[in-house]
Amino acid sequence: MIIEDVLCPFCGCLCDDIKVEVEGGRVVGVKRACRLGSSKILGHERIGAPMVRRDGKLFETTYDDAYDRAARILKGAKRPLLYGWCSTVCETAKKGILLAEEVGGVIDSTATVCHGPSIIGIEEKGLSGSTLGQVKNRADLIVFWGANPAEAHPRHTMRYSSNSKGMFTPEGRGGRKVIVVDVRKTRTAKNADKFILIRPGTDYEVISALRMIVKGKGDLIPETVAGVDKADLEEAAGMMKAAKFGSILFGLGMTHSRGRYKNVDNALSLVADLNGFTKFVVMAMRGHYNVAGFGQVCAWETGYPMAVDLSRGAPYFNPGETAACDLLGRREADAMMVVAADPASNFPRATVEAMAEIPVIQVDPFPNPTTFLADVVIPTAVCGIEAEGTAYRMDGLSLRMKKVVDSGLPTDEEVVENILDRVRRLADDN
Amino acid sequence: MISGRTLGQGASLEAKTSPEFFKAVSFCALSQEDYDALGIFGEGNVLVRSEFGEVVVSAKKDEGLPPGVIFIPMGPWANAVVGRKTGGCGTPQFKGEKVEVERTKMPVMDIQELFADVKTRGGDRS
Repeated sequence: MIIEDVLCPFCGCLCDDIKVEVEGGRVVGVKRACRLGSSKILGHERIGAPMVRRDGKLFETTYDDAYDRAARILKGAKRPLLYGWCSTVCETAKKGILLAEEVGGVIDSTATVCHGPSIIGIEEKGLSGSTLGQVKNRADLIVFWGANPAEAHPRHTMRYSSNSKGMFTPEGRGGRKVIVVDVRKTRTAKNADKFILIRPGTDYEVISALRMIVKGKGDLIPETVAGVDKADLEEAAGMMKAAKFGSILFGLGMTHSRGRYKNVDNALSLVADLNGFTKFVVMAMRGHYNVAGFGQVCAWETGYPMAVDLSRGAPYFNPGETAACDLLGRREADAMMVVAADPASNFPRATVEAMAEIPVIQVDPFPNPTTFLADVVIPTAVCGIEAEGTAYRMDGLSLRMKKVVDSGLPTDEEVVENILDRVRRLADDN
Repeated sequence: MISGRTLGQGASLEAKTSPEFFKAVSFCALSQEDYDALGIFGEGNVLVRSEFGEVVVSAKKDEGLPPGVIFIPMGPWANAVVGRKTGGCGTPQFKGEKVEVERTKMPVMDIQELFADVKTRGGDRS
């Protein structure tokens, strides 16, 4: 049986045209997905059963026992951290926020090690945004800044941006100009009309120089800025002003480098400046398929998109203080629940060592280094393949993920709900 | 040192205990100039050291890299040399850490070895 129009649960592109072939309750084939998506949809090694750690080793247990232990860890902690939520659906996030509120914890998403600085930059400056559909149908200039979709979002260029064919862009790549700004010549850069190589950590200076040229103050900037010739910047600024509909699509090159949210703030300012001359939009190339969705749910439930402290009776947000890496780095969190993420791989080593000192509950379909540190491990169904739910594409469009096969495993949402239920009962017992 | 996504890293992302993930993520890409300056002929490993830690990874040439910039795919190997400070915004500096690179005969640790000593406590406090 072929199931059409399946949504891909991998990256922020959230491609919705995937064909999945199912036989005997198993996925046997995937069409149209990229290498990243098909690898996930076809399946990997899974966590076999719920486990708890005793004397340093993980032993299999029942779901009920795992839920009980998880609830007791969270209830007994003074500063529990509930982290992850990027590779699961919005329904799980909603229950997670309830759980964080119930235990007086801090809830944070993988955005804080990814596009968190972009969110802060957007809060500071405001965003001239658009949907991916608008980029596809209208943009005649695409700027990839610190983004490498050829490796991180492989179908982005064909479906939504530089190489796609839209209503007013029937020529596809031939009718568009592409500028790539990066610290290395990536695969994406090879597709560019204009590639600007900058030194690592100089995004802010280069954006400032572009803003000056755009606003007619180019005579004040030196002959080279961060190793880039002024003539190259003038050419890029000219291309931007000449565009009918320009789009800056930026990646972690901006948020992971020196300057972080200030880089984003400055890029958004450049786009605001450009709107004085032509139509220009800007978008963060979000990584995991529903990291944007957690931000949406968290914002409408608590008022803030990530790193929310719910221990004070009213939500409190101060990344740098309440983000996962900060809480762990200060040895402040005394228990951690990880849902649909792998911080042991993706946090700096010193932060991981802090994580290893406290009880960790892992809720995830797949074994990963976080499993090596976890005290309670709860396997779940893979959202978008074995469970349905809502996810948000990188441009903020909400889409319904399908269930294509039945795993018999509980969903992330059910697991979080079960733990929440037990935490509430523990509260009643007191 | 900058870290980032690659196709291989992404394709083995949900299978981190697999040999594919090890192969996809435990390397360091260097410019031709840096590769030659380190005197690596054919295959070889390098020790990458920052003020926050060190890690052994295999070395690869990448023509897209300018001299003085190395690239390690995002993951536990790259993060061994990333500092924990977040600059007041919650996000560590995963790109642009200052590192020293030298040729080494030491082997690249696999994922189990990398995490072998991290969890020292017995668990089960509940």
